[in-house]
Amino acid sequence: MPIVVEKLNHAYMEGSTLAHDALKDVTLTIGDGEFLGLIGHTGSGKSTFVQHLNGLLQPTSGSVTVDGFDMADKKQRVQGRRLVGMVFQYPEYQLFEETVAKDVAFGVKNMGVPEAEAMARADEAMALVGLAPERFRDKSPFELSGGEKRRAALAGIIVMRPKYLVLDEPMAGLDPLGRRDILDTIDHLRATLGCAVVMVSHSMDDMADRAERVAVLSAGTLLRVGSTAEIFGDAKFLLENGLDVPQVSRLALALRARGVALPETIYAMDEMELALCNLLGKGAEI
Amino acid sequence: MRDITLGQYFPGNSPIHRLDPRTKLLGMLAYIIVIFFVKKITVFLLPALFVAMVTYLARVPLSYLVRSLKPIRFLLVFMFFINLFMVKTGDLIWEWRFIQITEGGVYQAVYITLRLVLLLAGTSLMTLTTTPIALTDALEKLLTPFGKLGFPAHELAMMMTIALRFIPTLIEEADKIMKAQMARGADFESGNIFRRAKSMIPVLVPLFISAFRRADELAMAMESRCYHGGKGRTRMHVLRFAPRDAAAAAAFAAMTGMIVLVQALWV
Repeated sequence: MPIVVEKLNHAYMEGSTLAHDALKDVTLTIGDGEFLGLIGHTGSGKSTFVQHLNGLLQPTSGSVTVDGFDMADKKQRVQGRRLVGMVFQYPEYQLFEETVAKDVAFGVKNMGVPEAEAMARADEAMALVGLAPERFRDKSPFELSGGEKRRAALAGIIVMRPKYLVLDEPMAGLDPLGRRDILDTIDHLRATLGCAVVMVSHSMDDMADRAERVAVLSAGTLLRVGSTAEIFGDAKFLLENGLDVPQVSRLALALRARGVALPETIYAMDEMELALCNLLGKGAEI
Repeated sequence: MRDITLGQYFPGNSPIHRLDPRTKLLGMLAYIIVIFFVKKITVFLLPALFVAMVTYLARVPLSYLVRSLKPIRFLLVFMFFINLFMVKTGDLIWEWRFIQITEGGVYQAVYITLRLVLLLAGTSLMTLTTTPIALTDALEKLLTPFGKLGFPAHELAMMMTIALRFIPTLIEEADKIMKAQMARGADFESGNIFRRAKSMIPVLVPLFISAFRRADELAMAMESRCYHGGKGRTRMHVLRFAPRDAAAAAAFAAMTGMIVLVQALWV
């Protein structure tokens, strides 16, 4: 069963002079096991939207249903929330326990899982995100490096075995290598756990590379949803809405402007390579 | 959580808003002293008139002034009844078993309540018309002469400014961390008081860590911009007394003089 978001509206500081609509009539379905990318400007409502998936915010109007559990209902929300693992921006700032294992186990312990099993699951989760349990289990989370901290925080969500993994800017503040590491970890988690992934990111390159489906938010409205190829193949649409395009698209645009006959829908490196080889093979000059 | 407003500043550009914050700060101190010198209920009319005048000039809605009384409403009621029942002077008005209400009790109860209300209304007027930062500036300037005695006026003001600056940041941060822990199944709302206190640990530890981290970063940023304390430091907004400050002082002195006069002649 999917997450169904229907006509979701959210207004901050409702009823005051500072009220503003963060989300307007957003309707979207997130299917089992898919990788949905969420793009949009700062302030477009991405973060507000993902918090609704976990019931951390309540709709002003409209509904969010996670596998049939209505997130507006207090009792159903508790059950729905267990299915959705939410990784906030800079998740390493939520670490608090004495040891990494204890911190990772926090979530499952809150679910009422007995201590011994919780620790076993913590080990498992740590292994999944690439932190060797025997090495990191008894370390203080504050001794870890930045990247390791982020992995530990990610493990703290994974340990609950969510069916949907929601990530708000999971690569923020990491270097390119760290970014790729986290992305690979996310892919690995999706493959082993079979969970769906909803990822918010500013990096169009990462999005184009990993997402299957992309939703574009602008000023609180859902502008467009489509396959990755459909959205990123339309560089003009992205640029017109003030969004960035992947590096490859930018290169393709620049080359086309100089008269190189490249198709308009190129956004991935391998496509670009193929197209350029083709052109060069035909003796074109670039 | 985010709805907590800092202080109660009511934005405006009235003559009262534009007064030098030092005038308002000193005025408030003097006002408190004057209120304590009032000996009769009827004389409270004078400071009440003064407060009404300032409120009118500041264009602060009366509802804001009333709202500032809200936090002490229980104290007001408590003080009123304690005085009503405990003070036993003058004629007996009403009696029921062991409860006796006397004329002196009623008088004292009204007197104390009025005094408290006027004290709070007057001081609120200052915070309503002065930003916390302006107040800190005023405090620094007023305390600087004590620097010769080793009093760290600039440091104190800087600490207050930084604290004020970081309150909203920390509130936002606490909000974020709470949400993150809620997403991990933390429950802040159920259980008895001990359970609830314990459930705050996952919020407080990260909050403290981030506060220390921010303090560290801020110290580094300040040092890299050659901050070295108050010595030789000039300011962007220099506080200057203006004619209206003199007018305010005169109005205040007039009120004080009238109180002294009225009390000396008729009371």
